Amino acid sequence: MTERDDIIHESHETSVVTAFEGSATVGLLGQSAIRRFTGRYTPAVLAFLTVILVWEGLTRLFAVQSFILPKPSEIMASFIETSSTIWGVGLNTLIEAASGFLLGTTLAVATSLAAARWVGLREGMLPMAVALNATPIAALAPIFNNWFGLTNPFSKIGVVAVVVYFPVMINTTRGLLEVDPAELELMRSVAAPPTEVMRRVQIPSALPYFFASMKVATALSLIAAIIAEYFGGPQDVLGQYIVNRAQLFQFPDAWAAILVASLIGMAFYALILLAERVFMPWHVSMRRRE
Amino acid sequence: MTAVVEARGVGKVFGRDADAVEALKDIDLLLSPGDFASLIGPSGCGKSTLLRLIGDLAVPSAGELTVNGKTPGQARLDRDYGMVFQSATLLDWRTVKKNVELPLEIMGFESASRAAKANEMLSLVQLERFASHFPWQLSGGMQQRVAIARALAFNPSILLMDEPFGALDEMTRELMQQEVLRIWEETATTVIFVTHSIPEAVFLSTRVLVMSPRPGRIGEEVTIDLPIRRDEDTREAPRYFELITEVREALRRGDRSEA
Repeated sequence: MTERDDIIHESHETSVVTAFEGSATVGLLGQSAIRRFTGRYTPAVLAFLTVILVWEGLTRLFAVQSFILPKPSEIMASFIETSSTIWGVGLNTLIEAASGFLLGTTLAVATSLAAARWVGLREGMLPMAVALNATPIAALAPIFNNWFGLTNPFSKIGVVAVVVYFPVMINTTRGLLEVDPAELELMRSVAAPPTEVMRRVQIPSALPYFFASMKVATALSLIAAIIAEYFGGPQDVLGQYIVNRAQLFQFPDAWAAILVASLIGMAFYALILLAERVFMPWHVSMRRRE
Repeated sequence: MTAVVEARGVGKVFGRDADAVEALKDIDLLLSPGDFASLIGPSGCGKSTLLRLIGDLAVPSAGELTVNGKTPGQARLDRDYGMVFQSATLLDWRTVKKNVELPLEIMGFESASRAAKANEMLSLVQLERFASHFPWQLSGGMQQRVAIARALAFNPSILLMDEPFGALDEMTRELMQQEVLRIWEETATTVIFVTHSIPEAVFLSTRVLVMSPRPGRIGEEVTIDLPIRRDEDTREAPRYFELITEVREALRRGDRSEA
């Protein structure tokens, strides 16, 4: 059969097949890719610029005091002037957030694998985890300071790890368990032992859940680190810098530091996005659409 | 010659007490090596359930069932079955070739022999060119051919197919039927094929087992005496239409006997 069959189907699938096989037409594809890229991001860029312009205009028009809301131009000026300081404190906070993120994620994955493997464990543990996930865990920060000491970095890393742990653990466990029943039957039909099912079906199926929860956790980790810093400790971190600048009425400086926090958050998020593309090139969200 | 499948008084009940549903009752069946047996019947006649019992995806509530002289569970552990489901059930994160290799990986084959076997299977289903594509880049018919290649990769003695072409359009379906017959001829596998299409059952099978519902049972068997080698002309042969009529009437009798 199939020469005919293939032709019939290829006409349906042309776009996908050429996207993968058409290396000869890279020049053309490259140009249309640029056009697609600009077409896709132009609205977002325009919206962003509009917001900044309106902000600038309104703060000027109503002569808003900078302790209420500084002008974007003032924030930008401070951002440039203090850049070495704010990036320095930003980096310190990022180190706390990233360490806590790694610790929390590692523990979460270990628990998820155990919970997916042993029914008793997950039935005993998951309800409690779901309840704790709904608790604002950042409120633990003063207690962690008390436990580990204000200056011990682990008092901050610990808060971040706990905050990151629950969403990653709950979602990864769900991903490991919500496997297509047909795939499980397929594995059963070839008499695959549980470790093989875990390795070849459950773990790959859980990756989308795992990455989605990590994307949420990037923002959570920075929030948790900065909140933990507000409660005291070393001064050369974002939380303390923002508090100090605000107390000195240097609001554009505080806002410039917030801008750094936000840029770091975006970079962190982008890193996970990149990892997702590397580890899950097969996923629906990565497929080209024309 | 030992029977490939031997069932005596096999029954299956789902649920218990007041909620119990008798899905299958008193199934007697004897399949020989090389048979191409279709299970046909209306929805709810238990044809898929019977296939699942044979494949050890479910356990009979009554009777005796042996596969290659063993319990279905032992036959499954011995990897006697290749299964093809209604959906292709390919793993999205594996290329076509890696999907075909999956059972071989689980069975601990070396990577070189896996690759060789996968290539052989892909050429059997005529998809060599798509080895490094991902499943979602293929049409439904091509995906189903990959599933067939995967099911045959480890030379199982029995191929269990549960409405494998149910989701395909008529054109593709007829091409796939030809394909399955060619593979059946080349591999000498025993095939058990669940369908609710009368022409499909007649075109493919050496034996059509006509089932009726509530409780599910095998009412009649129609022996398909068409020549072993079948092609597009077969679909226009008078004997083909006679057999279709025969199966259709058997299905009607099954339906009436219920009332």
